[in-house]
Amino acid sequence: MTVTPVKRKGRHPFAKWAGDTGWRHLVAWAALLFGLIPIVYVVSAAFNPNGTLSSTSLLPTSFGLGNFAKLFTDENVPFASWFANSLMIAVPAAFISIFISSLAAYAFSRFRFKGRRPMLLFLLLIQMFPAFLAVVALYLIFGSIGEFYPVAGLNTKLGLMLVYMGGALGVSTWLMKGFFDTIPKELDEAATIDGASHAQIFFGMILPLAAPIIAISGILAFVGTMNDFILASLFLTDRPEMTLAVGLKTLTAENSPASYFGIFAAGTLLTSVLTVAVFMSLQRYIVSGLTGGAVKG
Amino acid sequence: MLDQRSRTAGSTTAAGLIIKIGVLAVVAALAVWAALPLIAAGAWWGLALEAVVVAVLFFVYLQRRAIQLKYLIPGTLLLIAFQILPVVLTIGTSFSNYGDGHRVDKEQATEAIIAAGVQQTPGGATYLLAVGESAAGDLTLLLTDTADGSTWAGTAEGLTELDGATVDPTGRITAAPDYTVWTLADLNERQAELAELAVPTGEETGIKVQGLSAFEGQSTRSYDEACDCITDTANGTVWYADDETGSFLTEDGQAALVGWRVNIGADNYLAVITDPDIRGPFLGVFTWNVMFAAGSVLFTFAIGLGTAMALNRPGMRGTKVYRAFMILPYAMPSFAMLLVWAQMFNRDFGLVNELFNLNVAWYDGTWSARAMVLIANTWLGWPYMFLISLGALQALPSDSLEAAKIDGATGITAFRKITLPLLLIALTPLLISSFAFNFNNFNAIELLSGGHPFAAGDAVGGTDLLITYAFRQAFGSSSADYGFASAISVFIFLIVATISAFMFRFTRSQEDVYS
Repeated sequence: MTVTPVKRKGRHPFAKWAGDTGWRHLVAWAALLFGLIPIVYVVSAAFNPNGTLSSTSLLPTSFGLGNFAKLFTDENVPFASWFANSLMIAVPAAFISIFISSLAAYAFSRFRFKGRRPMLLFLLLIQMFPAFLAVVALYLIFGSIGEFYPVAGLNTKLGLMLVYMGGALGVSTWLMKGFFDTIPKELDEAATIDGASHAQIFFGMILPLAAPIIAISGILAFVGTMNDFILASLFLTDRPEMTLAVGLKTLTAENSPASYFGIFAAGTLLTSVLTVAVFMSLQRYIVSGLTGGAVKG
Repeated sequence: MLDQRSRTAGSTTAAGLIIKIGVLAVVAALAVWAALPLIAAGAWWGLALEAVVVAVLFFVYLQRRAIQLKYLIPGTLLLIAFQILPVVLTIGTSFSNYGDGHRVDKEQATEAIIAAGVQQTPGGATYLLAVGESAAGDLTLLLTDTADGSTWAGTAEGLTELDGATVDPTGRITAAPDYTVWTLADLNERQAELAELAVPTGEETGIKVQGLSAFEGQSTRSYDEACDCITDTANGTVWYADDETGSFLTEDGQAALVGWRVNIGADNYLAVITDPDIRGPFLGVFTWNVMFAAGSVLFTFAIGLGTAMALNRPGMRGTKVYRAFMILPYAMPSFAMLLVWAQMFNRDFGLVNELFNLNVAWYDGTWSARAMVLIANTWLGWPYMFLISLGALQALPSDSLEAAKIDGATGITAFRKITLPLLLIALTPLLISSFAFNFNNFNAIELLSGGHPFAAGDAVGGTDLLITYAFRQAFGSSSADYGFASAISVFIFLIVATISAFMFRFTRSQEDVYS
């Protein structure tokens, strides 16, 4: 970090600009260079018709859509079903866990009851233990669940979904409780006087008002689920049943012929379209959502 | 706070009532559905547990006093089932010898050892062999009776009839529901595991594998309760049961191949301290794990804060565009980008060597692999640090900065004395949780280096974290040791808990979030 102090008057206008904002652009460009090189590389690999690692360079030398076509036609690459699997697991898991967390957050924010503080603290603690640390136990639990209920055992989407739902609870409950606290309680009181029940206040008033934080928690839960590798690789082993994370890994060097690198890059690009679109459209909320807890208190 | 009674008194609407009845009806229907398999299997404890859960649900939603419970109970149940129970089970497993060779109870282990001594008897049944793994990972013989073509599944626990199997023209099973059938290559590679497997079919009879077929025969071994031992009449070997370690031992201490699951106390934990083969690598892994987490936080925060400082200037042109592009690495799916980075560090064709005109075999040396992992992880993490630093910078009280300026503190001095301390107060909780996250960053290691480089014959790789090490102990290609893997998990729990406690103290002294 270099900051050139600007004190003397009557300097050359360019020197003034350089000391004032010029270095800022320089830092930004350097950071962008570091940040964008791998992304540019993925793009050029995805459009590289040869598809091999050795023929891919940073900037594209030739152009072809073959890799994208292969994603959907090559029988070894059931990309469409991977994509569908990931969505089928991540979307319901995010929705349900966010709904359940919002219920809990409402209770923590609006009611005063015995054990409230210990429960909040416990949630804070348990969210520091990611589900995958107990991966051995989860494996054993779902092994025995599968003996009684084959629909939710190992190698099923439902079983994996249940684990993800449990995993996202702590974080989102805290995030939402913080936001609910900022909604004035006078609103509740006014609604109560008008004869609204606690359920009507929650569903009719709190939830709509808390839409931004619900969106953020949902996206964080969704992206976290999409990016999970450890549990998905353990739970889903049949090739067409895999999620994107597990499936795309099978296309990389150790596991596939060299020419699959282009297909892998194309798959990566298609996956990112989804997450990048979500992030870009909600940029503003994400910044405040991430820092809200720490900065606003 | 409101008076809760006035809130609920007589305000139940008809629609609300109908929804409540509907939801409870669904709960009841689910309960009946869930009870059937439990009754069929005679799992009375499971049934009792289910009954309690359903009773609690009905009670909570039909009472009118403790409203908060109605909102808390779904989350609580989910949390107990999929967060708390796994943690408790992990702790339980860490005190046992559960793993390959110690999966079953003593009776089943005895049967399996007796079955392993099976000698072919004339006229006994013979089978065509295929091998499969069940969804739970149990090795299973998929057998076709050569006499009548019926299909069977045999494990160390016994033989069951197999329905719905697909067979090839010779009668061999090629696919079966709930099993992953091995290919011939798998069969060759894992022949040793098969030689150990025998399927008990009666007191002293069993099925054994021979090449690509299997036969049923009479065992030369028998169990004697009086001495709690197994005697092999063919060669006179006697195995005595050792309840401490859960295995059958010969006089000179040779263990039989199948043992059973016992509680071994703190042995898994003590092994980390006392066994030099484990202690050395474990300490190495632990040190690197701390370095990795601390390094990741440091580098990502340095770059993130630097860029945030640069962009934090009102009226600067292009900040919005910069910011949008800087979020990109954060918005890309991290698992895929980790895999891309792994390719970029390829020695022969990778982008990094190409761009900088290097010829570094990144994966071969411990320190080059560690550098690589840190570079890639920094790339993934800095946009997050940039976002939170920018948010914190913009929320800084402008009066203290103004005051500093009046006092003549500008540039680096102002940054060091005013901005940075204020920022750190706001961001420390996030930095600590970032440390905790990276401490367990399984994805980064598994997808980038897979723990490489490995020294010959070593179970621990140069870039292994505790979590990847534990995972390999439990699910790696060599034999599974769930007990030891769980002990490492508990160890990680403790470290993370310490960090959490520290973080909690810090935040409590700072702000009133628990009011």
